Amino acid sequence: MRGLFTGESEARDIIAVLASALLLWELGVRIFHPSPLILPSPSMIVAAFLEAPALFLRHLAFTLAMTLLGFVLAVVLGVALAVGIIYSRFLERTAYTLLVALNSIPKVALAPLFVIWMGTGPEPKIAIALMLAIFPIVIDAVLGLRSVDPDMLNLARVSRASSWAVLTKIRFPCALPSLFAGMKVGISFALVGAIVGEFVAGNYGIGFQILVAQGQFDTVRVFVSLLLLGIVGTVLFFLVDYAERLLLPWHISHRARSDRSVGQFAN
Amino acid sequence: MSLSSEIAIPVSEVTDAYVSLRQVAKTYASTRGSIAALLDIDLDIQPREFVSVVGPSGCGKSTLLKLVAGLEGVSAGSVRVAGRQLNGPPDRLGVVFQRDVLLDWRTILDNVLLSIEFTRKPTPAERDRAMALLTRFGLAGYEDRFPFELSGGMRQRASICRALLADPELLLMDEPFGALDAMTRDDLNVELAQIWQDTRKTLLFITHSIVEAVFLSDRVVMMSKAPGRIVDTITIDLPRPRRLAVRDSAEFAGYVHRIRHHFAELGIVKE
Repeated sequence: MRGLFTGESEARDIIAVLASALLLWELGVRIFHPSPLILPSPSMIVAAFLEAPALFLRHLAFTLAMTLLGFVLAVVLGVALAVGIIYSRFLERTAYTLLVALNSIPKVALAPLFVIWMGTGPEPKIAIALMLAIFPIVIDAVLGLRSVDPDMLNLARVSRASSWAVLTKIRFPCALPSLFAGMKVGISFALVGAIVGEFVAGNYGIGFQILVAQGQFDTVRVFVSLLLLGIVGTVLFFLVDYAERLLLPWHISHRARSDRSVGQFAN
Repeated sequence: MSLSSEIAIPVSEVTDAYVSLRQVAKTYASTRGSIAALLDIDLDIQPREFVSVVGPSGCGKSTLLKLVAGLEGVSAGSVRVAGRQLNGPPDRLGVVFQRDVLLDWRTILDNVLLSIEFTRKPTPAERDRAMALLTRFGLAGYEDRFPFELSGGMRQRASICRALLADPELLLMDEPFGALDAMTRDDLNVELAQIWQDTRKTLLFITHSIVEAVFLSDRVVMMSKAPGRIVDTITIDLPRPRRLAVRDSAEFAGYVHRIRHHFAELGIVKE
């Protein structure tokens, strides 16, 4: 059967699934009438958004900027660190070990520290987004840079390739699929970081909007913010996914989308 | 296992061989002490000679190739290529590995050009040469394809083109056809015999197939199980150019039988 879930049209599948979920939600609220304080219906949420779209979008733009700045910094620093770890025994022993150790503590708990260090402006938000996003990026980039066939490296040695040539012509392109996997996790984490930063301190952004609405027991406005975050998070994820497909058309995960989907369901 | 030097056979250091190994040993350190991979290896390969090394898995034949490629250092003895003691990969060397190690993100042509691109931009003449090699190996029309679009045999052909592009003096092949199906392997044996006939590279070929070794080689070097030693060297005196039909001849069968029998006597294979 072609169509739904066969990977023929991914965008259409996603829209169909989301639309069905929203429809069920709307119907559920209309049938069971829960208090709007507990669960408002999608139509009430949309209406609340339309009352003050500019306000929400302004705060959303701030959160988005924090997320993207944190993410871009995480990618730049993360890749540089990963390259350092690959080429330096010392960095591998120190930085990488520390990173893996730090990764196991709940980093969100560190957020208040950043406020003490950096104040209540955009800096701690960017820093927290960066901190959350950099872990999967470094760890996956290191994995990718190491995943080169040893015989490929032997071939490079026989051809008298410089370390730079090995990095740019072999290791880096070879690491891209893994790096993108890390970036897909990282972009979602960066958004989490930006929101956490806004929760902890400050007076701007979607995270701040949620806190204000919660203080007023304005459940509908909380949901507006959540919905906007959901949309932005999804769009960001698929932008990274799209970039991956543009850059890595040769990669095995993109060669036969439909085969892969069938395979997944057959498991 | 101790390396006693008193049993060393006195051999002349001066030789006109292109590749010359003298009393080579290779040991690897492991948690349970050192493991000898190769012992007492004396081997000369003359210029333009095709030498195969056959032996059971784990006999150190791939290690032998890595020593000649200068990818690993010897634990004892010396390896000379073109008269010079190795201290890294020698000049004018081409290597083909069992896995084709083509880069997935490069077209076939760009993969062939890679060995040059590691150090500089290929010249138009080199691009032409790459195309000529691809054509020679039946890959014309595939130069703009990506490796994943090609069969295993075609990929390995491309990796042979890559090794030949810089016109090496010495070609090392480490079980290059080991991962291919029997028919593709036969094809590639014929093609390699042909290209060797035309270009006359000095060739060291590692294989575990006795038939392949006899078909391709001027000499077949037999190695024992670990620690790998050379147990015998057999000169293959079959007419060239060789076609697959030569494998049906009595002489061919004789060589194969002799090598297999010898391995059986040593308890390496069952007869």
